[in-house]
Amino acid sequence: MLVYLIRRLFNVVATLLVVSVVTFGIFFAVPKITGSDPALMYAGRETNETALAGIRVKMGFDKPISEQYLTFVKGIFVGRDYDGGTDVTHCAAPCFGYSFKTEAPVWETMVDRMPVTLSLALGAAVIWVIAGVATGVVSALKRRTAIDRTVMVGALAGVSLPIFFTGMVAPAIFVYGLGWLDVSNYRPLTEDPVAWLNSMLLPWVTLAFLFAATYARITRATMLDVLGEDYIRTARAKGLKEGVVIRKHALRSTLTPIVTMFGLDLGGLLGGAVLTETTFNFQGLGTAAVAAIGQGDLPVIMGVTLLAALFVVMANLIVDLLYAVIDPRVRLT
Amino acid sequence: MTENPTTGSGPAFVPEQAGPPAQGTAFLSVRDLKVHFPTDDGLVKSVDGLSFDLERGKTLGIVGESGSGKSVTSLAIMGLHRTGNARSRPHISGQVVLDGEDLVRADADHVRKLRGHKMAMVFQDPLSAMHPYYSVGKQIIEAYRTHHDVDKKTARTRAVEMLDRVGIPEPHRRVDAYPHEFSGGMRQRAMIAMALVNNPELLIADEPTTALDVTVQAQILDLIRDLQKEFGSAVIMITHDLGVVAEMADDILVMYGGRCVERGSAEKVFYEPRHPYTWGLLGSMPRIDREQTERLIPVKGSPPSLINIPSGCAFNPRCPYADVPKGGITRTQRPELTEDGGRHWSACHMSHDERTRIWTEEIAPKL
Repeated sequence: MLVYLIRRLFNVVATLLVVSVVTFGIFFAVPKITGSDPALMYAGRETNETALAGIRVKMGFDKPISEQYLTFVKGIFVGRDYDGGTDVTHCAAPCFGYSFKTEAPVWETMVDRMPVTLSLALGAAVIWVIAGVATGVVSALKRRTAIDRTVMVGALAGVSLPIFFTGMVAPAIFVYGLGWLDVSNYRPLTEDPVAWLNSMLLPWVTLAFLFAATYARITRATMLDVLGEDYIRTARAKGLKEGVVIRKHALRSTLTPIVTMFGLDLGGLLGGAVLTETTFNFQGLGTAAVAAIGQGDLPVIMGVTLLAALFVVMANLIVDLLYAVIDPRVRLT
Repeated sequence: MTENPTTGSGPAFVPEQAGPPAQGTAFLSVRDLKVHFPTDDGLVKSVDGLSFDLERGKTLGIVGESGSGKSVTSLAIMGLHRTGNARSRPHISGQVVLDGEDLVRADADHVRKLRGHKMAMVFQDPLSAMHPYYSVGKQIIEAYRTHHDVDKKTARTRAVEMLDRVGIPEPHRRVDAYPHEFSGGMRQRAMIAMALVNNPELLIADEPTTALDVTVQAQILDLIRDLQKEFGSAVIMITHDLGVVAEMADDILVMYGGRCVERGSAEKVFYEPRHPYTWGLLGSMPRIDREQTERLIPVKGSPPSLINIPSGCAFNPRCPYADVPKGGITRTQRPELTEDGGRHWSACHMSHDERTRIWTEEIAPKL
C-alpha cells in the first residue's frame, strides 16, 4: 500500500514534469514560429531596443532554454528574483511568472479566479451526482415504462444540448419567465452567501444538467447489468426485501464506475468550465485561459495548463485509491 | 460412479393423481407447473406441465441438458420469478405446494419470507453468486438476520459456526475474508453455509458442483449429504451429471424440453430406464467400472427450441427409434407420462414390450 502510494506519487510528479516541459516548450516555440518577441509583449506599445534588451535580461530571455525552464520550475517551488541589474523584482513562490497583458503575477490571477471555478464545479458536481444517479436508478428499476422513457429522453436532451444553449434558455425560463431567480454576476461566498447562492444556482443547474444526463445514462446501464448478476439473484434467494437488494447489493456495485467517472470529470472541471463561465459571464479559470489564448498571453496559458493538469492527475490518484476502498478485489500493488 | 443409490424406506413419490392434488400428503408437491416467458419471438415454454412430489429427508435429482427447464423449475419453486422487473416476469401456472401451502398463489411478500428460511438455494457458480464487495461472513450474517431478530454479534457467532460446520478451516479468521480470497471449493462450502444458516426444510442445489474441480466435487456432494442427514431437509439436486444423481438421489426426474420424460426411483431409472432419452444420457456417461472398449455415445442433435415446441414428442427429432412403428399414433400426438411398472413413469409412444426389448437387447449390453 505504501509502496503503491509512493510509486503513484512519483507518477504524479513525472506526469506534471512532462506537462510542464511540453507547455514550456510551446511557450518558447510559439514566439519563434510567429516571429514575435516575448520581451516585446512585456514592453508595451512605446519601446526601444535598449528597453527591450533590459527586459530580456530581467526576464531571463537571454539565457538558454534549459536554464530558463529550470528557473521557471524553481520559481514555482521557491520563488524567483527577476534581476534587471539595477532593479530586482521578487516573485514569491509559487511563481508562475507575469502576465504579458496585465503584468500581474500569474499565480495571483489564478488565485483570484479559482473561487469562481471551484464554486461552479463543486456545486454543480453535487447536483449532477445526486440527480444523475437517482434518475438513472429509477429509470433502471422502471425500465421500459413511461417514467424510464421520459427520463431517457431528458437525458438525451442533456447530452445533446450545448451549454451555451441551455445556459441561455435556463435564465429565460427561471429568471424572466417564472421569476424564481435573479440573474446576477458572481459574488464571493465569503462576502455574501445569499448573493453567492443566487448567482450560482443557474450556472450549477446548467452545468449539472449536462453531466447529470451522462450519469443517468451510465447509471441506468450499469444498474441493469448489475441487476442481472448472479449475486443479485442470491440476495433475493436469501429472502431480502427488494429495497435492501437494490440499496445494499445493486447500488453498491453500480456506484463503482460512477465514482471513477466522477473523479475524472470533477478534476477536469476544476481546471475551468469554459463554456459555462463564458455563458454566465463569470471570471473563472476557464475564461482566463480562453482570454489568455486570444491574447497570446503565454505565461497565463502555462499557469492555467499546469494547474488544470495538477487537478486531473490528483483526481486520478484519488479515484484509484478510492477504488481500492470500494472494491476489496482491487489490490494496490 | 454407478454404485447402487441408497433408497430410503418410504416412497418418495406419491402416485400422481388426475384430479386436484391431495394437499399435505407430500412435503413438496408440484402439480402441472408451467413457466412461460413471453418474448418478442413468441412464448418460451421453459417448463410446460411438470409434476412431482418430494418428502422430507429425501433427495430428488432433476436431470437434463441445458435448456431443459431444470433451473427455471428451481427458480419457480423459490418464487424468484416473481422478483425484479415486473415486465420480464414469466407467466406461472400450476401449483407448488410446500408443506400444505401453494406458493404460486401465495402473497409475494409471504413467499419472500419463506425464501432463505424454509427453502434455500445453492447456485452453480459460487464466485458470481456471492457479492464481490461484501465479506463471506457479512453475507451469511445478512441471510441469518433477515429471518432472525438477533444482534450482529449473535449472527456472527452463528456464521462462524456454520462455516465451521461446512468444513472451512479457521472459521474465526475466514469469516472476514472476501469471496475472491476463497478457493472454488471453499466458496461453494461458504455458499452452502449461507443456504443452511436458517435450517431450511427444502434445499435446492442447482448444479452445485459444475463449476468446481473434479477433486472437490465429491467433497461438496458428501457435505450436502451429511448436512441433509443432520438437518433432515428435502433436497432437490439439479444437474446434468448422472454421476451426481447416482450418488445422491433417492428419486430421479429426467427433463426434456420443459417436460418430464421419465421419473422413478434412482434404482429404476438407472437399471430399467424406459425412455430413449434416458438411454442416451446413460450411453453418454463415462463409466469407471467397465472396460473402455467402446466410445461414449453422445445424444445426437441439440435440445429443442422452447418456442413453438413441436406438438408431438419433443424428443422425436433426436430419437433413434423415431421410426419404430407406434401402432397408429401420429407424430403430432404428445406422449403422456404413464406409469410403467410400479412408481416408474415415462412418456414414450413405443409399447412396453418394444422398449423392454430395445433396452435389454440393444442398450444395456453396450453400457
